[in-house]
Amino acid sequence: MIRVELAKLFRRPRTYVIAGLLCVLPLIVAIFLATTRIPPPPGQGGAFLSAVLSNGALYPAAAMALVLPVFLPVSVAVLAGDAVAGEASAGTLRYLLVRPVSRSRLLVAKLISLIVFVLFAILAVLVTSYLTGITLFGAVTSSAGVALPPDVTSLSGVTISPAGLALRLLGTVAYIVISMVGVAAIALFLSTVTDSALGAAMGALAVLVTSQVLVTLDAAAAIRPYLPTRYWLAWIDFFREPVLWRDIERGAGIQLVYLVVLLGAAWANFLTKDVAT
Amino acid sequence: MIKTKDLTKRYGRTTAVDGVALDVREGDRYGLLGPNGSGKTTLVRMLLGLVFATRGEIEVLGLPVPRRVREVLPSIGALVEGPGAYPNLSGRTNLALFDAAGPGGRRRDRRARIGQALERVGLAGIDRRPVRAYSLGMRQRLGLAAALLRPPRLLILDEPTNGLDPRGIREIRDLLVELNRDGATVFLSSHLLSEIDAFCSRVGVMDRGRLVVQDDLDRLRTPTGRVTLGTPTPERVVALLDGRVEHRAGETLTVRHDDPGALNAELVAAGVTVTAIAAQRRTLEEVVLAATTGSSDRVDAAVEAGR
Repeated sequence: MIRVELAKLFRRPRTYVIAGLLCVLPLIVAIFLATTRIPPPPGQGGAFLSAVLSNGALYPAAAMALVLPVFLPVSVAVLAGDAVAGEASAGTLRYLLVRPVSRSRLLVAKLISLIVFVLFAILAVLVTSYLTGITLFGAVTSSAGVALPPDVTSLSGVTISPAGLALRLLGTVAYIVISMVGVAAIALFLSTVTDSALGAAMGALAVLVTSQVLVTLDAAAAIRPYLPTRYWLAWIDFFREPVLWRDIERGAGIQLVYLVVLLGAAWANFLTKDVAT
Repeated sequence: MIKTKDLTKRYGRTTAVDGVALDVREGDRYGLLGPNGSGKTTLVRMLLGLVFATRGEIEVLGLPVPRRVREVLPSIGALVEGPGAYPNLSGRTNLALFDAAGPGGRRRDRRARIGQALERVGLAGIDRRPVRAYSLGMRQRLGLAAALLRPPRLLILDEPTNGLDPRGIREIRDLLVELNRDGATVFLSSHLLSEIDAFCSRVGVMDRGRLVVQDDLDRLRTPTGRVTLGTPTPERVVALLDGRVEHRAGETLTVRHDDPGALNAELVAAGVTVTAIAAQRRTLEEVVLAATTGSSDRVDAAVEAGR
């Protein structure tokens, strides 16, 4: 079943369109930065953006910071919202179920194919933004490795080896995947509730936007640590020296809780659902 | 093959299927007849474990559904309320995906099985065009091909000839007859009388969620106690039978009489030429009209329109 879901994912043009769009945003930002050479003031604008002017090799990290807050969750919500509801409205869900495919396996296969999509999209963004960074800003590669930007590390002049950078990027990718799996779980649950793919995606986005608003609201400080988007940007801590694990661990923990609860709800709902479309 | 007991499905306050006791026997060509909205599709979905019953029991191929539906489904080919396919993929790819999704069915002979199924439904020549470009009839045939990927013991087909032209309907009917001859039990639902009449050996009639008739077609079409006969001299017959002629249309007469043989002998003995004679039987349409209450998509004032 997982193979079938992956085949469906990679045979749909929209997969590539969405990944392409995700790659285009950092490219546009890079072009503006490279032509004007006006860096955002340190501490404002996207993370790493002022640092990339001096070292293009850091641009993949900057690209992640650009894509993560809005673009990536939106595309994950759209795809996950479509996962079950889309099959239901296309009439293919009932034919999968009478094949027979067990409903639990179908859900798991959907989730795995979403994770694969997130990995695919992130890798596409990393590769294209690395190439963009190198060509537009040039890379400062010394044998000592890459200097971490001062606005992130708060300690200027710390350098990490290329292997270290690769390891930190790997950690970043893993953390972002976990964050996006949380989004996918919300949308997947809603997708089993409604037969409208659009409705499920909208619902998931509504949850995320509400969470983003509450994160910035001091009056909501009491529930802040439990909001799904609270620790989304914690992956930046991978680029501190030494790596600051506290937020990363909390963020991953919260996403896991959301994943377990919502996937459980999706499973319970889907297993007892009348497939009447 | 299929047995249900007091099968009921409610959606909120409307009762879609109400106390149905279905009985489909091995080798049957069972036709479920009923107007749109009479609960046929809901009933079919419950048989396949897609919709869960509010009350009642289902047994398909000897196993309880939905509890052990996953053991039952591999032996069933199903077409439920129109075909479903991924529109951006070709017909062959669609079949390959559906085949790979389910258990069983070896990978090595998948291509061969797909080719065979497509040939059976008359789509052997389809190219790489996506299903989006198919006509409704082609999609219907593709759906049938998906149902035939593994040789089914039981075919459950909901409106299988939807969207087909008369020639296509005939082809599909011939295919179903062939499958039935090879041992498959066929259960099909339709709102078209002619389709059921031409194909089925056993008929069930649904009306507003209830199964109001279920019997062999031959038994349903009982003689009406009348004989239709053709003769070049109708006046002589009318004079001879004296009042037993109920209807006269040109050279065809309808006579109240139980036995066409005896009537024939009587007429011939009197020197009347008889060109045709047969016992009049009830048509399926009359059976259905007698059993059902009214068109279910009609919404009269003060009458709750049941689904």
